[in-house]
Amino acid sequence: MNEADAKHIAKPEHGVGASLRRKEDARFLTGRGQFVGDIRLPGMLDVAFVRSPVAHGKLGAIVKPDGLHDKVFTMDDLVGVKPIRVLSSLPGFKPSDQWPLARGKVRQVGETIAMCIAPTRAQAEDIAAMVEVEIDDLPAVVDMLAARSATPPALVHDDWGDNLFLQTDTKADLSAIKASAPIVVRRHIRTARQSMAPMEGRGVVCQWDSRLDQLVMHSSAQMPHINRAGLSECLGIDQGRIRVISPDVGGGFGYKGILLPEEICLAWLAMHLKRPVRWIEDRREQLTANTNCREHDYDITLYAQNDGKLLAIDCDATVDSGAYSSYPFSACLEAAQVGSILPGPYKMDAYACRTWSVATNKPPILPYRGVARTGVCFALEIMVDAVARAAGMEPHEVRLANLVQPDDMPFDNITGKHFDSGDYPQALRCALAALDLPKWRARQKTAEADGKRIGIGHAIYCEQGAHGTSVYHGWGIPMVPGHEACAARLTPDGILELKIGAHSHGQGMETTLAQVANTVLGIDEAQVRLVHGDTGMSPYSTGTWGSRSAVMSGGAVATACKAVAERVRHIAAVLLKVPAESLRFEAGSVVDPASGNRRSLAEVAHAWYRQPQLMPKTIDGAGLEVTVGYKAQRDTGTFSYAAHACAIAVDTELGTVELLDYVICEDGGTLLNPMVVDGQILGGLAQGIGTALYEEMPYDDEGQPLASTLADYLLPGATEVPMARLEHMETPSPYTEFGQKGLGEGGAIAPPAAIVNAINDALAPLGVEMMECPVSPRRLRAALRAAGVHEREGA
Amino acid sequence: MKPAAFDYVRPESLADAVALLSRSDGGAKVCGGSQSLGPMLNLRLAQVHSLVDLSRLDEMRRFDLRDDVLRIGGAVTHARLEDGDYPDVTRGLLPAVAANIAYRAVRNRGTLGGSLAHADPAADWVSTMCLLDAAIVLVGPKGERRVRATAFFVGPFTTVFEIDEVVAAVEIPRFSSTARWAYRKVCRKPGEFADAIGAVWVDPAHGVARALMGSLDSMPFVVEGVDALAALRQPGGLARMLDDAGVTEPYEREVHAAMLRRALADVERPFDTSG
Repeated sequence: MNEADAKHIAKPEHGVGASLRRKEDARFLTGRGQFVGDIRLPGMLDVAFVRSPVAHGKLGAIVKPDGLHDKVFTMDDLVGVKPIRVLSSLPGFKPSDQWPLARGKVRQVGETIAMCIAPTRAQAEDIAAMVEVEIDDLPAVVDMLAARSATPPALVHDDWGDNLFLQTDTKADLSAIKASAPIVVRRHIRTARQSMAPMEGRGVVCQWDSRLDQLVMHSSAQMPHINRAGLSECLGIDQGRIRVISPDVGGGFGYKGILLPEEICLAWLAMHLKRPVRWIEDRREQLTANTNCREHDYDITLYAQNDGKLLAIDCDATVDSGAYSSYPFSACLEAAQVGSILPGPYKMDAYACRTWSVATNKPPILPYRGVARTGVCFALEIMVDAVARAAGMEPHEVRLANLVQPDDMPFDNITGKHFDSGDYPQALRCALAALDLPKWRARQKTAEADGKRIGIGHAIYCEQGAHGTSVYHGWGIPMVPGHEACAARLTPDGILELKIGAHSHGQGMETTLAQVANTVLGIDEAQVRLVHGDTGMSPYSTGTWGSRSAVMSGGAVATACKAVAERVRHIAAVLLKVPAESLRFEAGSVVDPASGNRRSLAEVAHAWYRQPQLMPKTIDGAGLEVTVGYKAQRDTGTFSYAAHACAIAVDTELGTVELLDYVICEDGGTLLNPMVVDGQILGGLAQGIGTALYEEMPYDDEGQPLASTLADYLLPGATEVPMARLEHMETPSPYTEFGQKGLGEGGAIAPPAAIVNAINDALAPLGVEMMECPVSPRRLRAALRAAGVHEREGA
Repeated sequence: MKPAAFDYVRPESLADAVALLSRSDGGAKVCGGSQSLGPMLNLRLAQVHSLVDLSRLDEMRRFDLRDDVLRIGGAVTHARLEDGDYPDVTRGLLPAVAANIAYRAVRNRGTLGGSLAHADPAADWVSTMCLLDAAIVLVGPKGERRVRATAFFVGPFTTVFEIDEVVAAVEIPRFSSTARWAYRKVCRKPGEFADAIGAVWVDPAHGVARALMGSLDSMPFVVEGVDALAALRQPGGLARMLDDAGVTEPYEREVHAAMLRRALADVERPFDTSG
């Protein structure tokens, strides 16, 4: 089929591939969603935490205010509660003990020390302000390279002997390449620590159900079943006595893939007080106290031939993991992932990488959208452009010379990653054609009226998603994915209820999974209800993370619907008096193609539940309710990929960057809902622009966070995000139900690399390179100043 | 964060407000749109015994056009100035500045008087009023007094008004038909506080020539006179002004010089009254 023909094929209106409007948006757009902050329970108390004002110190006496001793709780009150302790089977990994309320030491600003209860949050904060805490300051460990040096300023965890959660080494020998490579490019590259900033912060409402002898926790969480397991471990009560409900969640991006100290505290409070308690994270807590992400440091060298062919990568990669190892991902996920994915979508002869997961006196980091890929793509793609400059080539020529080719697919790369399918060079060519590279190169040669410098940049990556046991078992962390379940039930009136253990925090799963059901059963999406986010009502799941839900929950829903279809067919065969095998599903009915006779799903369900006398004695009693599991054919994951290309203008006088055009060519395999996919890509792009140009959580030498409001922590908004142009390729994954690939994180991966490559392209004539993001005006001006670029008098 | 408890009072008149403030011994604080004070109360950076809300006093939301000045009530919002609800005597300067203050949601509530009383050196009205050397009208128990903007601001977040005085109005000088102005600022994002402001006002008919650097660590720095402005266009002129203004950090020198240089260039261009 040629392209012109393809465009004339009608787009489906239902099922997989339809750009169906999201079912959940009606309630979101009219204020009828229900988030944790909307929950009101009779007698509910609000909780405010006393948090550490210092980054590192020995904890002394905690003095409760007179007359309020029963309103204030410290770790000493939480008898029997265990610290959060994440174990990993990776050799050399050191676990940390994170007490829900500090014990012995505080290791970060904002660490929870005591909790205070009152009828309102304001009153609870009044009490918190009266609690006196004695802390003997210790030197703060703030910089990751100092932290891992032979003479660190202090030990974050006294009994470790160093500040390393984990160290890894590929132990590859590059000596032959080092001795002979004609092009050697070495750079020091950094990405800033960021604060993840979902619109809805965290929130917990907890109560004790005395009838069920059960703790019921509402939490804004991505993986309620994992929170349940973690709560059970820390509280010492069995999982059956814990129910975690995650209602509507206003964005997660990894920030809500964690067992919170606050969750353990509130669970204990609800059990102790036998009345409902609530904590709603405010923006100040989110920015200054709670988990961060993304802080990487690379000392990286690329070896290449004169024709741009890559020979080897050699890298020391360090990740600032913060004070504690968060549950369930641990402090080592980020750096170890750097080590395994740094070669990107390229072929090379040799690869050496050493990684350090370093403990510092800052909040723990969590895997944020893209996890280590955003930092890795930034480091690698900046380096590829530097190689291109060294070789005197266009950057895309270097990429095309090194990308894994479509004929190579499936391809096992140098770290053993199994790329499932795709045409990486075509994605790059597509993006550059859409951008019109020659047009921008021509414009670049002419002077701009406003004196700005034009730059063109691009970047390419592949994103492993929905990877399972074979990838994760080696980590030995509390959460190893393997399979995904779905419970499906046709109600007596023909409504399809789907229950899954993953949870939507904005992905539109109520719509996309209904589309999957439509493709299998022919049922209208409006007749499908998704039940999720409740451990009491859904099958076990490791939750929504790692771009896995479209593949894994999509696969589980398809499998369950096929099982229901089989049952429906047998019942309908009785009603229509034809063999079951001959029946087809069509628009909510079961049809006998020979006679044209049909029974709707509602009629079949009605017969089964309400008129069992119609069924022969021999019929299987299993009925219209199934719970089934799904495993992908291969669990090494899908590899979606994309090329991003942009044109920018740099004001060298002010150090500002303007995005003039931005193009993305993405291949997510078969798209369950192209409109939802576009939304995912554009949302990720906004976050990627934040990483590239705006977002930074700075700390001073004492470990004090310097951005405590959104006036200091700059998020991209409508005026910072251009209307990007999206191009799609669809190379189905050979290993998934419909050929779909996980792609939820991709949009956030490439923008820092593409944008900073464009900046470096603009600044190349001045001999200036930016190697750290975000490229703030101060950082850009400092680099220009260091290169002696004072374009004007005055400064 | 939630604010500590406070009393909220909405007086019926400016006189009542002044009387309340006089009786409170400094425990009461005036609020306008609360776009700065509100967050400070929430973060508990500010705590007050009572808030005296002037934002709905009709007598402070009026304007009075006289021969040489436009008097604007202190409770007039940025949005109303942006929308041109008041006669413009500044050839578009006030609406243009108003339109770029923070975000519309802030402009709908934030007030001219509140911004001046708060005296954030990065605030647009602080620079604008210093550029125009507008008269700030203060009303207290002893009646009304006028203070020139350049004398009104003592330093960052510090002004000359007494605890029982209210910024009741501002008197804006009427521009001649040949007056020219330029107002440049650079922000990390549109709507954020400026990192640097450069502004110029020349009105030969009234013998006015003023240039300003704003959003400094200190209050806006103004030079005046035709010769002074000409000197700024000479090599080293802006550097000398930066030295005089006490700006030493390299990046800040660069952006403040750039903003004023661009503003000086703007007033030379054909004038666009749309701002």
